[in-house]
Amino acid sequence: MENILNQIGIENYIFLSVILFCIGVFGVLYRRNAIIVFMSIEIMLNAVNLLFVAFSTYHQDAQGQVFVFFSMAVAAAEVAVGLAILVSVFRNLGTIDVGNLKNLKG
Amino acid sequence: MDTSLILVLLLSPFLGFLFNVFLGKKAGKSIVGIVGTLSVVVSFAVTIYFFLQINQTKQAIEINLFEWISIQRFKINFGLLLDQLSLIWLLFVTGIGALIHLYSISYMHDDEKMHSFFAYLNLFIFFMITLVIGSNLLVMFIGWEGVGLCSYLLIGFWYKNQDFNDAAKKAFIMNRIGDLGFLIGIFIVGSLFNTLDFTSLKTIITTATDINDFWIALAALALFIGASGKSAQIPLYTWLPDAMAGPTPVSALIHAATMVTAGIFMITRLNFLFDMAPSVQNIIAVIGAVTSLVAATIALTQTDIKKVLAYSTVSQLGLMFLALGLGAYEVAVFHVITHAFFKACLFLGSGSVIHGLNGEQDMRKMGGLKKAMPITFITMLIASLAISGIFPLAGFWSKDEILMTAFHHNPTLWVISSIASIMTAFYMFRLMYLTFFKTFRGTEEQEHHLHESPSLITFPLIVLAILSFIGGIISLPGNSWLNNYLSPLLSKIVHEEHSMGATEYTLMAIATIGAIAGIIIARIKYIKQNTIPCEDAEITGVSKVLYNKYYVDEIYDAVFVKPVNFLSNFFRDTVETTLSAMVFGLGKATNELAFQGKKLQNGSIGFYLFAFVIGVCAILTYFYYQNNF
Repeated sequence: MENILNQIGIENYIFLSVILFCIGVFGVLYRRNAIIVFMSIEIMLNAVNLLFVAFSTYHQDAQGQVFVFFSMAVAAAEVAVGLAILVSVFRNLGTIDVGNLKNLKG
Repeated sequence: MDTSLILVLLLSPFLGFLFNVFLGKKAGKSIVGIVGTLSVVVSFAVTIYFFLQINQTKQAIEINLFEWISIQRFKINFGLLLDQLSLIWLLFVTGIGALIHLYSISYMHDDEKMHSFFAYLNLFIFFMITLVIGSNLLVMFIGWEGVGLCSYLLIGFWYKNQDFNDAAKKAFIMNRIGDLGFLIGIFIVGSLFNTLDFTSLKTIITTATDINDFWIALAALALFIGASGKSAQIPLYTWLPDAMAGPTPVSALIHAATMVTAGIFMITRLNFLFDMAPSVQNIIAVIGAVTSLVAATIALTQTDIKKVLAYSTVSQLGLMFLALGLGAYEVAVFHVITHAFFKACLFLGSGSVIHGLNGEQDMRKMGGLKKAMPITFITMLIASLAISGIFPLAGFWSKDEILMTAFHHNPTLWVISSIASIMTAFYMFRLMYLTFFKTFRGTEEQEHHLHESPSLITFPLIVLAILSFIGGIISLPGNSWLNNYLSPLLSKIVHEEHSMGATEYTLMAIATIGAIAGIIIARIKYIKQNTIPCEDAEITGVSKVLYNKYYVDEIYDAVFVKPVNFLSNFFRDTVETTLSAMVFGLGKATNELAFQGKKLQNGSIGFYLFAFVIGVCAILTYFYYQNNF
């Protein structure tokens, strides 16, 4: 384990994670297709997971990795629910363009 | 036994009121009249019973119905007090009240709201009885306010005429000014002596040694302001002449015989308090004398028959206050009683005339009614002689005692009040000559309808005329039944100080000659020269000032009404607008903010997320810089 961190510094992991997270954020903000928005959210989630794992190794502490398991489980559940919602939205509106979901307008 | 009888006395008119209010319209006019009159007659009968009883026992009856207000040591009972003073007042309130109810049955018979008229009259009698028999100032105050209310309702009885409504409001507001004085007086008395009960007040004031003169004088002054409002003295007298807008029985009952004497009753009731404040007594005497003179001069030129009588009432009340101010309470009471007889008779007589002429009140359009209305003429003649002070009618004795008391205290006051009473003789006979003598000056149609009033109207007139004739016997000089009767209540009977000597007979002679002179002048002017008061526009000089009542109404309008109106307009137009602009402005600003904020919630998830990211970035930046610098 130490070898990996010695070979590639911790800061590179952080950079990667930040880049991934930003990609996710911009994906959520700019894409209109709900499925791609979903995927972008997953990217953000995984960016955070990556950070968890990297620091867990850095600190020699397994707690971070345990946490990642939890977050993956939650993410899986969330995807299941989210996709179900998307299916239902598609059935009702005939589209999954988030720009059309404006029923909450005050 | 006594308690229940007193309750009958008090509540009988109230039951009459309830009946007339709720069932009067269904019951029909004759039953309304009978119930209304009977309820007062019952009170009168009970009053006579108590009057005979107290004449023998000389014991006042005081009952406490229940404890009304109780704050630590300060307790007020709802108590009733029947003593010599309240009983003599009750006698003429219920007695004359019953006669006037009887009169109203006929007088108001053609009015569609006869039931409410009788209801108000009954309610008035109830409140008047409350005022008279209350055993403390607060119970008296209930009656005091109640009679003011009834006066308002009855002045504005024909409410479709806006002038009458204005007169009613004027009476009510003027009375309220006085009532404020009365209330302040009650507060001062309550805080000084910790009680409002007449009997205990008398004990405390007459025995205490460490009494603060200033506060006593202030209390007496405040109470006098209350009395001057109710009894129409300067400067609060202007409501009484306007109050003639009400039906004539109301003028006779409320604005001549009973309610306007409430101020005199209150001062007599608290005579021990006023005796402690000589400075206030002087004020009362001077105001009384000046009022009597001013009102008498105004009465000289009035052409409305009821206005003449109204100013005459103000003038006579002034004389009573003069007597009160001189400490001669029993003399004032005597004049109240005789005045109630002859002034009620005069008002009812004028009502009979007005009734006969189908509502005409202008004396310029009357004349020659002697033949058509003999009973009205004779009764009014007797009452006029009585008020003028002609021997041996009732007014002679009472007015003479006032003049005599004034002479013994202060010759100036005597001169003023003598001039006022000579004027009284003149304007009363001016009224008589213009109304009953010479030829009729109205329209032919009216002349055709001229008739004597029915017996329900003439009977009260006859009774009151007889009383005006013989009323003087209750207090003849030298051997006064009234003085003996009232002696337990008054600390000193002033009249006994001066025995009947040469001075007294001279004064009597002067007064009588003055009265006869006034009558003769009126006779020369209105019978020999056949003068008829000219039309409003042609009046000039001094008589124009008098005819317009010294422009007092106009002065009050300019000094009080206009500035108050201006102030209230200022508050309404400027202050209130500014305040509401501020309050509404807050609301409007919030509303506008919400309206603009609503635009943010456009329902677009992308926009929400964008805002969310911006927000998170902002927070993070903030923490970052906070931790690093």
